[in-house]
Amino acid sequence: MTNSDLAVDATGLVKRFGDFTAVGGVDLAIEPGEVFGVLGPNGAGKTTTLSMLATLLPIDGGRASIFGVDVASSPHQIRQLVGVTGQYASVDENLTGAENLWLFARLHGRSSKQAKALADDLLGRFGLTEAAGKQIKDYSGGMRRRLDLGASLISSPPLIFLDEPTTGLDPRTRSQMWDTIRDLVANGSTILLTTQYLDEADQLADRIAVIDRGLKVAEGTPSDLKTSVGESSLQLRLSDKSLIEEAALLVKRITGSSPVLTPEAGGLNVPLPDANQAADVLIALRQASLSITSAAVQQPTLDEVFLALTGHDTGQPDAQSDARETESEEARR
Amino acid sequence: MSALMAERSIQAAKQRLTPRPTPRETVSQTITMAWRALKKMRRNPEQFFDVIIQPLLFTAMFSYIFGGAVSGSVKDYLPIVIPGILAQTALTACMATGTQMREDMEKGVFDRFRSLPMSRIAPLAGPMLADVLRYGIAATLTLATGFAMGYRPGGGVLGITLGWLLVIIAGWSMSWIFAWLGTIARSAQAVQGIGMMIMFPLTFLSDAFTPKDTMPGWLQHFVAINPVTLVIHAVRDLINDGNITANVAWALLGCLVIVAIFAPLAIRSYSRKV
Repeated sequence: MTNSDLAVDATGLVKRFGDFTAVGGVDLAIEPGEVFGVLGPNGAGKTTTLSMLATLLPIDGGRASIFGVDVASSPHQIRQLVGVTGQYASVDENLTGAENLWLFARLHGRSSKQAKALADDLLGRFGLTEAAGKQIKDYSGGMRRRLDLGASLISSPPLIFLDEPTTGLDPRTRSQMWDTIRDLVANGSTILLTTQYLDEADQLADRIAVIDRGLKVAEGTPSDLKTSVGESSLQLRLSDKSLIEEAALLVKRITGSSPVLTPEAGGLNVPLPDANQAADVLIALRQASLSITSAAVQQPTLDEVFLALTGHDTGQPDAQSDARETESEEARR
Repeated sequence: MSALMAERSIQAAKQRLTPRPTPRETVSQTITMAWRALKKMRRNPEQFFDVIIQPLLFTAMFSYIFGGAVSGSVKDYLPIVIPGILAQTALTACMATGTQMREDMEKGVFDRFRSLPMSRIAPLAGPMLADVLRYGIAATLTLATGFAMGYRPGGGVLGITLGWLLVIIAGWSMSWIFAWLGTIARSAQAVQGIGMMIMFPLTFLSDAFTPKDTMPGWLQHFVAINPVTLVIHAVRDLINDGNITANVAWALLGCLVIVAIFAPLAIRSYSRKV
């Protein structure tokens, strides 16, 4: 495959805001039809990278092309190839859902009638038909995101940028959003997704690049990344603490390694190279009549990924609630 | 399969690519953006306060305060002051255009406008087109207040209509100055602050309220070249006398110069705006 066939082909992308280097030379190579995840904490440069590729910010160094079209020299063409869904819904607060989609469809050159039909269609597709006549300021966070995503699809762009599509959404809305994104992939869209959540990247992305402080620190498939940072573990707590030795023997027989014990609490921490073994362990305990009070599978967290990849943590004690300010400031600076 | 579909949608999209927006697209997008601005006005009617209150208040206030002193009576003063207030309200109204544009640009939806393959001028030109409605309201109310106070201009229906149109054209032209300020200022308050500093000298250092021959000589020179003075003279000629004079041509030329300078500046800084 030649480079012009790549959906995104970026080499040494640099963005500086004054003395601060937000992006310090990032390379990206994304195949058509692929879902590519950019994973990193707040302020890592994810949004800035996306903004440069979407022609929203000038590129200070390096070069980028999208489907073989140069980003810096042909911004108008790039805008026809890319649909952008921002971190914060980029829709008009004062207009209704239907009016928003009509407006964007008109700006894309549809006739008033076509725009109306397209708006109705998209509202239906994103489960917003009932809210069509409501102003966006009365929408919930999840509804805004869905409308925003709908707006990005008006021109059926072959490449879609999703900037933290589920940051700040509740778990149910998040999984709805994931389903919507999977539909897009099934329809042949190429997707560049940024996220702060390893599980989101894991769920959606074919390949992931981890970005930290404006630099790419790792790239690979989700399973590559996870193996590189360690495995998940099963946390168990026994009802009867005195049976802990017996339980440990049983677990060792199944997983092949000794669990870490906390005898005073009746706790076992079972490393799981293969997540299927969690069920095996639970069934074996049940058959041996060893009752438990709690069981939880723990994935490696983004913090652990970062610790493993960069030697420092994400520096974000509460990533979710800080998400809004930091990145938007970064993008506007 | 999805790879094949991806390939197809890419080919289709690449075939449709156009290098830049056509003039037709630009016009259609400007009208669409004007539609958006009108929708917003309807949902936030407080946007009309300045163009409703100010004409009523200022026309009455200036006439009763300065009328006797400047012209001997309020009635004799109206032909001087009404064109002056027409120009002043148009200028104030276009200051609000800039302030609102700045506020609007802070919103997320402008990120989308900038990411769309659309004309760069439309997001600016659209709201400015919609604001023509505000200038129209301001001009109509100022004239109506004048009529109610006994203003009986000699320009006839045609002269008054042309004068009214000229005020709107002047408002639209001058709003490009404030649109440009809107794209370079850090906040809506800054636009307002700078706008005041532009508006006060321009309106008061003209012969909007007082004849210029009582002013010191150096000031008379500024007053003579002030574009607001040009507009006021032209409006007086049209509304008071019904004459299409050289002043009208000068005023239109002044408007043209303002647009020719500030429209490109505004578009350039909007396109670069982060």
